[in-house]
Amino acid sequence: MAARPLRIVIAKAGLDGHDRGAKVIARALRDAGMEVIYTGLFQTPEQIVQTAIQEDADGIGLSILSGAHMTLFPLVVEQLAAQDAGDIVFFGGGTIPPEDAGALKSAGVRAIFTPGAPLQEIVDFVQRECGKRRELVG
Amino acid sequence: MASHVEPRRFYIMKQVLRDPAAEPAGGAKREVPAPARAGARKGPGSGAVDRTISDVPLKTVYGPNDIAELDLTRDLAWPGEFPYVRGIHANGYRDRLWTMRQFAGFGTAKQTNERYHFLLEQGQHGLSVAFDMPTLMGYDSDAPQARGEVGKCGVAIDSLADMEALFDGIDMGDITTSMTINGPAAIAVAQYVAAAEKKGISRHKLGGTIQADILKEYIAQKEWIFPPRPHMRVIVDMIDFCTREMPKWNTISISGYHIREAGSTAAQELAFTLADGFAYVEACVAAGMNVDDFAPRLSFFFNSHIDFFEEIAKFRAARRIYARHMRDKYGAKDPRSWKLRFHTQTAGCSATAQQPENNIVRVAFEAMAAVLGGTQSLHTNSMDEVLALPTEKSVEIALRTQQVLAYETNVTNVVDPLGGSYYVEALTDEMERQAEAYFSQIEEYGGVVEAIEAGFFQKEIAEASYRYQRSIESKDRVIVGVNAFVKEEESHDIDLLKITEETEREQARAVQAVRSRRDPNAVQSGLERLQRACRDPKDNLMPHLIDCVNAYCTEGEIVDAMVAVYGRYTERSIF
Repeated sequence: MAARPLRIVIAKAGLDGHDRGAKVIARALRDAGMEVIYTGLFQTPEQIVQTAIQEDADGIGLSILSGAHMTLFPLVVEQLAAQDAGDIVFFGGGTIPPEDAGALKSAGVRAIFTPGAPLQEIVDFVQRECGKRRELVG
Repeated sequence: MASHVEPRRFYIMKQVLRDPAAEPAGGAKREVPAPARAGARKGPGSGAVDRTISDVPLKTVYGPNDIAELDLTRDLAWPGEFPYVRGIHANGYRDRLWTMRQFAGFGTAKQTNERYHFLLEQGQHGLSVAFDMPTLMGYDSDAPQARGEVGKCGVAIDSLADMEALFDGIDMGDITTSMTINGPAAIAVAQYVAAAEKKGISRHKLGGTIQADILKEYIAQKEWIFPPRPHMRVIVDMIDFCTREMPKWNTISISGYHIREAGSTAAQELAFTLADGFAYVEACVAAGMNVDDFAPRLSFFFNSHIDFFEEIAKFRAARRIYARHMRDKYGAKDPRSWKLRFHTQTAGCSATAQQPENNIVRVAFEAMAAVLGGTQSLHTNSMDEVLALPTEKSVEIALRTQQVLAYETNVTNVVDPLGGSYYVEALTDEMERQAEAYFSQIEEYGGVVEAIEAGFFQKEIAEASYRYQRSIESKDRVIVGVNAFVKEEESHDIDLLKITEETEREQARAVQAVRSRRDPNAVQSGLERLQRACRDPKDNLMPHLIDCVNAYCTEGEIVDAMVAVYGRYTERSIF
């Protein structure tokens, strides 16, 4: 019996219109056989988490290139906890300096991918981590 | 993970010399064989070396056959002559160097003002304002949408008070200012005029440029406010006002930069940008303006990416296409209306987070391409922009790069030094051919606005950017430090500039203070008159905007008043 494909929400938050990276990642995940929901621009953390819950998503990938990552990533983590969705694998990327990436990972973001990260590395991460989540949650 | 690759020499001189087409021409017509040399080069990237970064197939060498169609008088001429492919000035940079203009802005107006004083002291010629995201999207710093974004990507300008602080101690009649803002561009112009006039400097004396290119926002950058049609009306009103009242002001900077950064090819950047430019020309003419009244003050803004010759060809093609269309299609009679003037910025998307010092070298090549392509002004990116806002040190290196180029390399001595190169001329033709093909496609949609509404540009760009990323993944294309010549365990020891949360709180307090000390009646009546003008297409919006700004209406309030009439745009997401 074939398993239902992994389902991933790719999101853009705040006022940041740089959507090149988000779209490329969305395509790459889709090409790797996953179902991808792209939220479009200007979403609030609340909307992003709601979308993920409604779509029964295994993971959320958030892309931020505006410098607002230290505000918006923690807000999504907060929303995941508040809506009892902490099992959804939350990862992200963008122009994020290394020490901020470290801080975000400690705050509950599972991985941060910065410019130049190979697509395959991201695809592998999502398949591995969201696959584990699927096994646990079913 | 990328593995470590040994550096390799890429010389292929022997093969080139054996190519028959490389022999002296001697008038003999000989078909240059398309070289099939896959595997001629060993090492990373061997699969893609025969195409430009935008996928234009390349021959090993170019010869007379490749420019057989080129008519020297019709297609090339001299610099300063129609169709200006060789440049808009007969003497190139001998008469006047390009303007070194570094884009800057962060935090509060006061912080950015200090950076401006520093840049002017370093010998920079003009200022260039980067606004933060809330300002670009029409939100005040204390709006919920602004959380986490205030002062991050640029400076926060909420009201006239901020614009005054931004230019404190700077003679606005003496410098030129470029403002990179689009959705609220008309408001920014109103603020700039009001700030200068409060210092006693007439709007007639203000020199500079505002980007105000809303079409490319829908296509690529996504900083829109209203839907395309009413937004075009706002832009046309602004162009009309500036044409009449601000004789030294360049009314709009039609921008390919962001289209390229969003992942387009060089040909797409060229085609979509010029198509946007022509759409503004058509809109202004439709509004009753005479093309020769406004066209001389339209300018363009291009990206300079890493594929050296392709970029030069793109700049040259842009001038020729523009000149032809302006004269032959739009009937412009004044030669100034035929000349495409442009600003260039090196490609942010070509910079890498890995080994960021390498970006200094990339920027130098990209800057040289822009200069050999005849740019009128140039911004060189700082090496650390891929990581954060640039530090003062890295901004200085970027400016020094331009100075070395201008004063040491001697490339400024001869105009269009690559003119007549078989390769560059053939590639220039190819760029023009591809652009014309895109113009036909856009026309089939019914025009630029219709093509935007159909998602045409967005889809083309998404395709191109995905293809490009794939070519890096497969190592068909080498990016030094990213998929080849990788250093493991890389650590950054460059300082990064940080904007603190305190900036956001300070700016929010400041805008609230402005609201509490102004005359509420003037605010109310100003906004009402503005809304009436929004409903009346015959009433130019600009004088009403200047009134609102002078009453210290905030940007967010003005935008909200206009959104109440025009609505806010939402896009269909395509990936």
